[in-house]
Amino acid sequence: MPTVPENAPEHCPGTGSEAAGKAEACAGCPNQSICSALPKGPDPAIEEIRHKLSNVKHKVLVLSGKGGVGKSTFTSHLAHALAEDAEKQVGVLDVDICGPSLPRMLGAEGETVHQSGSGWSPVYVRDNLAMMSVGFLLGSLSDAVIWRGAKKSGLIKQFLRDVDWDDLDYLVVDTPPGTSDEHLSLVQLLTGGGSGQGAGIDGAVIVTTPQQVALIDVRKEISFCRKTGVSVIGVVENMGEFVCPSCGEPSTIFPRTTGGAEKMCEDLGETFIGSLPLDPRIARSCDEGKSFLEEVPDSPAVKAFRSIVDKVVSFCEAKNGKKEDDTGETMMETEW
Amino acid sequence: MNHLSSVKHVIVILSGKGGVGKSTMAVQIALGLHAAGKKIGILDVDLCGPSIPKMFSLEGRDIHQCNEGWLPVYVDKDQRIGVMSIGFLLSGADEAVVWRGPKKNAMIKQFLSDVYWQDVDYLVIDTPPGTSDEHITVMESLKGYNPDGAILVTTPQAVAVGDVRRELTFCRKTGIPVVGLVENMSGYVCPHCSECTNIFSKGGGQALAEQTDIPFLGSVPIDSKLTYSLDTGTNILEAHPDSPAVQAINHVVHKLIALDKDLP
Repeated sequence: MPTVPENAPEHCPGTGSEAAGKAEACAGCPNQSICSALPKGPDPAIEEIRHKLSNVKHKVLVLSGKGGVGKSTFTSHLAHALAEDAEKQVGVLDVDICGPSLPRMLGAEGETVHQSGSGWSPVYVRDNLAMMSVGFLLGSLSDAVIWRGAKKSGLIKQFLRDVDWDDLDYLVVDTPPGTSDEHLSLVQLLTGGGSGQGAGIDGAVIVTTPQQVALIDVRKEISFCRKTGVSVIGVVENMGEFVCPSCGEPSTIFPRTTGGAEKMCEDLGETFIGSLPLDPRIARSCDEGKSFLEEVPDSPAVKAFRSIVDKVVSFCEAKNGKKEDDTGETMMETEW
Repeated sequence: MNHLSSVKHVIVILSGKGGVGKSTMAVQIALGLHAAGKKIGILDVDLCGPSIPKMFSLEGRDIHQCNEGWLPVYVDKDQRIGVMSIGFLLSGADEAVVWRGPKKNAMIKQFLSDVYWQDVDYLVIDTPPGTSDEHITVMESLKGYNPDGAILVTTPQAVAVGDVRRELTFCRKTGIPVVGLVENMSGYVCPHCSECTNIFSKGGGQALAEQTDIPFLGSVPIDSKLTYSLDTGTNILEAHPDSPAVQAINHVVHKLIALDKDLP
């Protein structure tokens, strides 16, 4: 983020500096009153969040530039898969403020959040799987959250700062499509805006579908990750092949007109971590709030999914090991 | 100079859920209206993920300025379909628009006030998913132009219908009339055995329309020909006029034309 605005006068001390709004150069600048009134230094919430999340070992974001590619489906099943190990504590945070899907997908629709002395208590969907979503704060299922960006960012800050997760092995964060307020706030609050002072993010899993119309948006999301310094764990291609349940023949619904996600990863130098077939039973499991990993263990999607989860886990573990060595590096290359 | 006042009809495509086919519907409705002899403008206000330029094969084209304002990019030689999207303003296909709300709002206001649509019959506005800055700004700016209304798009599964239910609340709160609801990706016919599978279940959209008392405009089946034509920017109405998806969308277009509500 540039601290000297484009329309600033010469010798602008920078909007973040102590002298902002008070330096000689500031006289007559249209931004002077804003600069002198705004609090200086990093947002104090960054430190509070770092403290609150200090017992969370791994933080994984699920991102996609495109909507409806399966971010929430992936998030919920990544959480289910991680929580199958009873030793692991898993948390899921839904920052899709306008379209929260996770309460339904995790079978927690209609639950409410309780307030305690130390913050908001998340909703437990299993003994070791807790979650938080704006869906729990709405009065009814048809309530719309008609908020502009600033208000959404405020709620995301509260979610990060005030939810009482206890000790977690994994916190998986589901996001809305795009590269706007929710994403910027989330990344800035977790990383401290590049200052290295924040709680940190292990990396992001990018979800896409094979057709070019989706890939062009996903490329933008990868640019976003690069701009903000979030490591890309890998790209998952969802809704790849469809296998007809009646005749067993595969066919393609979203054609790979430009080689699909694998080709895109080659072009961009990112890691492709797997393709998930389109199985109608997945959509049904999500509607019913169940885990398709348990409902239809024979589906080819389950096998593909587990291999992706393994890759995500080994990325995080390798990264965490590196963090303990304190090399100070934020990027990391892993060979799958 | 007010460019929107020369536009006869304004239709907004909305959905709370992403990836349900808003842009696909916007493009197909535009092509359908065009085939019916209308002059069309399409405004893409999805700033973080613009898809309309790709769907018309217009990537890399530039917007030109004239005395009256910005000229849309035309799809055809006769200039019967004009498109405006942030995609034309970006230097590269991978460039991300990492903007917070106020900047997005300013861009949308500029699109709505500065684009010289000329005398188009229908302006179709494609939106991103959600009920936030882009939507509030569009609705505020359209106040006073008496838009024909919003077409809601959903897919049949409960997870999508839930988000569209919230979008409907948004329409009621902001006072935009609802033209109706389209259920997209409703059933897939296997090309090998012709067996229809309901990949994202079925009937969710119709049930929502009945419950909430809004017109149901029809179900559009999954058709890989349609996906393919949008990825390559070909006109499916010419390439595969008999496709069941095309017929379902034509039905929606006829309903729109029948709803001949003049702007003041």
